[in-house]
Amino acid sequence: MLIFLLRRFIQACFVMVIISVISFAIQDKLGDPVQQMVGMTVSVEERQQLREQLGLNDSFLTQYWRFTKNALQGDLGTSFYYKKPVLEVIFQKVPATLELAFCAIVLVVLIATPFGVLAAIKPKHAISRIVMIVTSIGLSVPIFIVAILMMYLFSIEWNLAPSFGRGETTQVLGFWESGLFNKDGLNHLLLPSLSLAFALMPIFTRLIRAEMMEVLQSEYIRFAWSKGLSSNRIYFIHALKNTMLPIITIGGIQAGTLVAYTILTETIFQWPGMGFLFMDAVSRVDTPLISAYLIVVGGMFVITNTVVDLIYGLVNPTVRLASHGL
Amino acid sequence: MKIKRILLCCITLMLSHNLSATTLRMAFDSDPISLDPHEQLSEGTLQFSHLVFDPLLRWDQNDNFEPRLAKRWERVDERTVRFFLHQNVAFHSGNPFTAQDVVYTIQRLKTSPDFRAMFDTIESASVVDDHTVDVHTFDPSPLLLNIMAYVFPIDKRFYQGRDQIIKYGNSFASHNVSGTGPFILKSRELGTRMELDRNPQYWDTNSRGNVDKIIMTPIRTDSTRLAALLSDDVDFISPVSPIDIKRAERSTNIQLVTIPSTSILLLHMNQARRIEFQDVRVRKAINLAINQTLIVDKILKNFATPAGQLSHARFLGHREELLPKYDLKEARQLMKEAGYEKGFRVSMMAPNNRYVSDEKVAQAIAAMLAKINIQVDLKTLPKAQYFKEFSHKSADIMTLGWQSDTMDSNNLFEFIVACEDENTGLGAYNASKYCQPEIDKRIKQANREMDIDQRQRLLQEIESILYDDAAVVPLYWQSVIWAAKNDVKIRDIINDQNNPYLGDLVVETK
Repeated sequence: MLIFLLRRFIQACFVMVIISVISFAIQDKLGDPVQQMVGMTVSVEERQQLREQLGLNDSFLTQYWRFTKNALQGDLGTSFYYKKPVLEVIFQKVPATLELAFCAIVLVVLIATPFGVLAAIKPKHAISRIVMIVTSIGLSVPIFIVAILMMYLFSIEWNLAPSFGRGETTQVLGFWESGLFNKDGLNHLLLPSLSLAFALMPIFTRLIRAEMMEVLQSEYIRFAWSKGLSSNRIYFIHALKNTMLPIITIGGIQAGTLVAYTILTETIFQWPGMGFLFMDAVSRVDTPLISAYLIVVGGMFVITNTVVDLIYGLVNPTVRLASHGL
Repeated sequence: MKIKRILLCCITLMLSHNLSATTLRMAFDSDPISLDPHEQLSEGTLQFSHLVFDPLLRWDQNDNFEPRLAKRWERVDERTVRFFLHQNVAFHSGNPFTAQDVVYTIQRLKTSPDFRAMFDTIESASVVDDHTVDVHTFDPSPLLLNIMAYVFPIDKRFYQGRDQIIKYGNSFASHNVSGTGPFILKSRELGTRMELDRNPQYWDTNSRGNVDKIIMTPIRTDSTRLAALLSDDVDFISPVSPIDIKRAERSTNIQLVTIPSTSILLLHMNQARRIEFQDVRVRKAINLAINQTLIVDKILKNFATPAGQLSHARFLGHREELLPKYDLKEARQLMKEAGYEKGFRVSMMAPNNRYVSDEKVAQAIAAMLAKINIQVDLKTLPKAQYFKEFSHKSADIMTLGWQSDTMDSNNLFEFIVACEDENTGLGAYNASKYCQPEIDKRIKQANREMDIDQRQRLLQEIESILYDDAAVVPLYWQSVIWAAKNDVKIRDIINDQNNPYLGDLVVETK
């Protein structure tokens, strides 16, 4: 277990170094940060001075070396726009994104599991057929169309939910700005988390259905039937638990998709989270913030995958971690 | 009977309670990058300045100067103007507003990288008495008042000693603010939300404005901004994209207000990169082949004015008779005469998120040029990348939009068509590499000419030279579009500089 975690840690460091090199290498292609800082009429000389002060005229290696030196001391730079250390800026926005992702995942689990199971055990049922049609539509419609459609229906036409932002937040545990504990915050969460859930739901519903169907064919289920166990016990205890294994794997991979989708959802709903922050940073050429975001997200990927592997061991004790995944 | 009376009392009470607080929730596409009014010369900063600060004077809707903190002014001599300031005005910090603050502000503006260029003409400002200031220029300056519209006095005692202007750092002024304006900043979460309360001690008691509280949210996506207005989450938005206008017009409780602005869009044809563009016949042919009226009509849905010159009708240099001309036959003839009947291939770059429908306009232009056999390799880029390319002048044809800060033609000429000169900063945006000494001479003269008729003649002559030389391709003047609920009377407080005077905004209460 310890060796496994240690290996993962080394792997994470490796990934982050690569990400930082890449994010540094593309910086030059993103545009000129100085251009974003000054007005149109500022002279070339002034711009040059500012570039010099910011160290943008140094060579790639000098800049990268400076960055690495500071990064090892936990300083990933200062955002040009927020004028604060980038990590502070990012961590301020983490609660918003995590809450959005959490609500979306809860919705996915609550919706995908029953429908997937139903579609597996009663494939001919009318609801199962509708579920299959809806999920195949869901798989092919891009999330931004779903999001805009939801916004149009729920907030403009029917006026049921607010169209943008996070609404009121309350402070929990002294540092976490949460929207989960008041009505306004939950109202604001509704549309973004629904559209995010909608993007992930179809694949999980179909996956649960397929896995469940396969499991239901297996020997031990037949044995359970012949033993005369109740159908509820067979479906939900014996079959579902074994269905979960591949789903957790896919879930881990989908965590990446989730990050990509939060960027889209947050941009559309003006949700003040990390994805929105990132899009904003790109349009402002806030290069320190862009690099830091990529590194943080890279770190999160490694962590989620490690957690997924740990859960794997819990669900299926025959999996031995030390020999698994590097 | 008794019950009726009680009911009546209750209703009156409720009504009076309703009247007590008017909140305006608004959503613009950007927010000020800093609380320091001198850090960046941009729309966001100026809009913020009009909320928390007051200018000495400002333009009204008819482009006349309207006194603000300066109640009147007079010319003392050729190089000096005297400003008489309002008394009994206080900053949000409680400090009284005096002539000292104005002098201090002008001195600080002269050190600001963004504002320095504009304030270079001003030699100094001096205190005459507590509420009188003299402003001296190096040379006689016809545009002194235009420049003074950018002086938003800041609180000397509040800022002094900790007033550095740092563009990327944590300066005191970028996080703290004290002005005299109609609103006091209450809270701000950068890029997310800003809250302002009405200044209870506001000096301008004649202002009809009745907004007690402003909640400003920058919403960057056009469709989300409009959705927020349609779903009643905000009361006032800007800008509105032309594609969304139909959607907004369908709603009965929303008003769309549009004003033609003076900001121009144009094309540069780089003569240093392309030998073909050095031929005036080719430049004329391109001007004739581009149909500005069609672009404005079909792509911008008439929310723009087709342009045949750089100066907007409200500028001194404008000439009525210079209209955009479209004549494909003549254009082809000119190409033939120039020896390019078979045409040639050029590169073109345009931004895709800077101006309204900029990408579509660029595509239309490429299609129009194909008709005179000029094949355009078009590349559109997000503004962050585009302006980097623009400063390297890395395409044969490049799009540029320009708003004259001083509301005067000469600002356009200086930056867009003057011969490039790195020392003076002239021609900094001249991606045509066009250079005409006759124009430069007149630009210099116009900067000192105090006689308005003479000055107008000079500026108009420049427009004529540009037109005859077909130096650039003027496309259109953009319109600014706002949308608000019907009871928010924005029509009275908006203007073509896109600085809504929210202090005077009236919101009808039911």
